[in-house]
Amino acid sequence: MSTATLSDVGLDDRLGRAWKKPHFITNPVLRYALLGVTIIYLYLAVNSIEVNWARVSEGLVRGWEFVKAFGNPDFTSRWTDIREGMIESIIITIASTVVGIAISIPIGLGAARNIAPLPVYIICRAIVAISRALNEIIVAILMVAIFGFGPLAGFITLSFATIGFLSKLLAEEIEDMSRVQAEAIQATGSSWLQWINYGVQPQVMPRLIGLSIYRLDINFRESAVLGLVGAGGIGATLNTAFDRYEFDTAAAILIIIIVIVMALEYLSGVIRARVQ
Amino acid sequence: MPVVQNHGGPNGWKLHTTRQSMVRWFCWLLGVAIFLYCWNVISEATTWFFVWDSPRIAGDIGGRAMPPKWEYIDKLWEPIWDTLNMATLGTILALIMAVPVAFLAARNTTPNAYIIRPIALFIIVATRSINSLIWALLLVAIIGPGVLAGTVAIAIRSIGFCAKLLYEAIEEIDVKQVEAVTATGASRWQVMAYAIVPQIAPAFAGISVFRWDINIRESTVLGLVGAGGIGLQLQGSLNTLAWNQVALILLVILVAVVISEWVSAKVRGAII
Repeated sequence: MSTATLSDVGLDDRLGRAWKKPHFITNPVLRYALLGVTIIYLYLAVNSIEVNWARVSEGLVRGWEFVKAFGNPDFTSRWTDIREGMIESIIITIASTVVGIAISIPIGLGAARNIAPLPVYIICRAIVAISRALNEIIVAILMVAIFGFGPLAGFITLSFATIGFLSKLLAEEIEDMSRVQAEAIQATGSSWLQWINYGVQPQVMPRLIGLSIYRLDINFRESAVLGLVGAGGIGATLNTAFDRYEFDTAAAILIIIIVIVMALEYLSGVIRARVQ
Repeated sequence: MPVVQNHGGPNGWKLHTTRQSMVRWFCWLLGVAIFLYCWNVISEATTWFFVWDSPRIAGDIGGRAMPPKWEYIDKLWEPIWDTLNMATLGTILALIMAVPVAFLAARNTTPNAYIIRPIALFIIVATRSINSLIWALLLVAIIGPGVLAGTVAIAIRSIGFCAKLLYEAIEEIDVKQVEAVTATGASRWQVMAYAIVPQIAPAFAGISVFRWDINIRESTVLGLVGAGGIGLQLQGSLNTLAWNQVALILLVILVAVVISEWVSAKVRGAII
């Protein structure tokens, strides 16, 4: 400690430099360069959006009508259309989830490096990558072009999308499993099928159930838009309602979707809590 | 002899008791019945003639789509730029709105757990459960077709996603740091800035890049309902049955998705 008294040296000198929050990016050149690039990009991006303010202000009135329609949704006047669309959406959801899971399990087994030989692994991973890269709507467009309008196109689309999601996560779960249990089963002289059934399956089952329920939830949400491109479900009814500016009917459909999604989310929470 | 335990009958060890296997069997039966019913409904709504004809149609489309019309790329640069902007600006707008919602929804930072928290949670569920295409449909009807509708649609759809992940991160923060900063006599906002924000900043960055990646994918199709971007070109090409243009657009979308996934993985790897 120095012998200087308070009067000799200022308080700031004794304390050293005041504390400052450290920067997120320590290199100042990089920091300012990134900041500059971001600002330039934002300037260009915002300027490239053409906004027709007259149209927007006109639209805000309609927007307010839509908000009001949410307070007073019209379930009755198009009820048969809504009901049929909803049932079709739910049916597509269930069927595609079931088929998707059934196909995902072998592909998931094949995509797990610790149980599949290399050629099988590569093929299965390729299937997963293709399925994940393609947006559902784009697949649906192609399927409608190939199989014609109707729920079959939606069903195939969602089954295909389910494969990418479920196989990938299942394969990761299998890769993370405990080898000890699997080896113990193998040591009893089990066949390959018995080994999978008693050594691997019990370890990944809770996660598989959780993921399946989660995927059911996602598939329902997606099935609600497939109708926009003609692949069946409630989307077509919704599209018509918007096109005719029947906001009260549209609000009713959206409310039903939200309620079903909330119910599914609650259900999946309960089931996942039980199995895990 | 402790080796043979007759649990389910004379056959030795079984995985389930008789009662359990009955219940399981019944559940399977119910599941299969529901599935068959669903399949039946789908099958009735399908024109099977078209389905049997589909390999020929698929081959026909494939033949028309190959080779892609490469020179069409000149007309795609602007839609690609618009798509990128919709995703990026949409994500930024969503984050601006998601942060307050997340702080209101997290149990440890919400000002009122009985009134404000449920409202925040409702915003999260409502925005999350409606697909961005539906938001785009709605916004095109309200503010007219164009990039603005797409940007706002992406933004609204992303609020719920970002806010949900963010409020979970806020609920998991270390209370000790908050207490330490509070003990220095910091105000509520100072506690926020110096104790809570630094703890959730990595999660925040990760969430934004993750959502940006998803938004790139979603913004490529928003044009189908008139909300601008490359989807508009896709719709036009599909309507005119110009399959070689469709092939090129799909290729561009695939490349964009792969690049955005790569960028997002790199950035997340650098942060976390």
